[in-house]
Amino acid sequence: MESLSNKKKVLEAKPLTLAEKAYLPAIVRGMGITLKHFFKKDVTIRYPEQKREFSENFRGMHSLKRDEQGRERCTACGLCALSCPAEAITMTAAERQPGEENLYREEKYAAVYEINMLRCIFCGLCEEACPKEAIYLDGDIVPSEFIRKDFIYGKDKLVEAPLNQ
Amino acid sequence: MELADILIKFGLIVVIFLISLVVAMYSTYAERKVAAFFQDRVGPNRAGPWGILQPLADGGKMFMKEEIIPNRASGLLFIVGPSLAIMTACIGSAVIPWGQPLHIGSKVVDLQVTDINVGVLYIFGVVSLGVYGIMIGGWASNNKYSLLGAIRAASQNISYEISMGLAIIALLMVNGTLSLKEIAEQQHGWHWNVIYQPLGFLIFIVCAFAETNRSPFDLPECETELIGGYHTEYSSMKLGFYLFAEYINMFVSSAVMATLYFGGYNYPGMDWVTAHVGPVIGPLIGTVVLFAKIFLFIFFFMWVRWTIPRFRYDQLMNLGWRTLIPLAIANIVLTGIIMTFFGK
Repeated sequence: MESLSNKKKVLEAKPLTLAEKAYLPAIVRGMGITLKHFFKKDVTIRYPEQKREFSENFRGMHSLKRDEQGRERCTACGLCALSCPAEAITMTAAERQPGEENLYREEKYAAVYEINMLRCIFCGLCEEACPKEAIYLDGDIVPSEFIRKDFIYGKDKLVEAPLNQ
Repeated sequence: MELADILIKFGLIVVIFLISLVVAMYSTYAERKVAAFFQDRVGPNRAGPWGILQPLADGGKMFMKEEIIPNRASGLLFIVGPSLAIMTACIGSAVIPWGQPLHIGSKVVDLQVTDINVGVLYIFGVVSLGVYGIMIGGWASNNKYSLLGAIRAASQNISYEISMGLAIIALLMVNGTLSLKEIAEQQHGWHWNVIYQPLGFLIFIVCAFAETNRSPFDLPECETELIGGYHTEYSSMKLGFYLFAEYINMFVSSAVMATLYFGGYNYPGMDWVTAHVGPVIGPLIGTVVLFAKIFLFIFFFMWVRWTIPRFRYDQLMNLGWRTLIPLAIANIVLTGIIMTFFGK
């Protein structure tokens, strides 16, 4: 049958020439190639000391944001937990008491907010779901731990540092 | 022999033994570094500055590992195997002339442990003894992969020893002696044997790769087919001995190649240098030159390892029996013709 694409190439096995049979020219050429690599700069990034730059849309560790006045934005609506496909997020809501207006932006806030970093798949759906722009995955890589328990991050690790203190 | 001579010889033996161990130790480090550089990587760099303590860490790890002797293994032979491998690797360096005799005062110190007049044959004997370590270890493991690796090692060594010996015969025709010391002396200055025996050297170096079980002829420990080859069942320092023996073998065969074909401690202009720096420093410079050649050969071993893929077993046998042996015989005939008509 005729080829439609005209890309077909018929190859035939030619008998090896003497130079090919003798191995040596090919070996010498190969060793030339490896020698070229010997003097090339290595491409390794020495990780703990040097870090590769993250891309713009890299999703790392979560942080709970504060607003311009340093108040926590989260109102414990639970949409992030609901949107989370890995069910990594849990929280307990609490009511803001009088005198705490400088701490929490709305009347309701998250007393406990926990993310299990072993469950999290860093999909970013929580930050898309959040109506208050309170959670962003803009942090670093989650560091390694020895115990599973230590991977459950509470508010102490998640909430952004207070504005100017 | 006086007591002083005996002490000097003893010291020389200890020094050479230590040097070959240290060189083998740092060959493991160099191998990993060289491999890394060939692959645009960094290599070990965590233990000490530039990772130079890596061999110590590796050695320490080897000692700490659990010692496992399989239930069905043959107990005594299982231990004899690696011991034999490392022993034969260490005794090979006894006949290598490390430099010209030193003249300290009225004393003449030979930088060679023993100058037996059949030095080349001794090397061959030791090399062929070396395969027993692998064979015994592989057989005693009572493991089919180990056994296959051992059989491969045995047949490979026997096949390549033949062409190695034939390559040496041509060399002996040129040099007319079996003593490594005299062979080294005859290559004074730049009269290196490789100039007279390029084909013989090529055959010899290919065989050296096969004898030391180095890539591309590392079929006895071919991971893709035989798990670990003859040392599949070995752990702890017994495995360490096998791996270490390979590096000592590499060092010794580099030394042999440097001595037989690349002039040993000789270098162009050595007489002039010796006349200017005196009869002690001069020969020592020659020793340094010899070690430079040895390290170049070791580097070459590694360079080849990280370039050429492993041969298939039938290709290995074809190369040994159908190519190298006829080539080596042709080399003998050619050498004979040239020597008859043109003299040396």
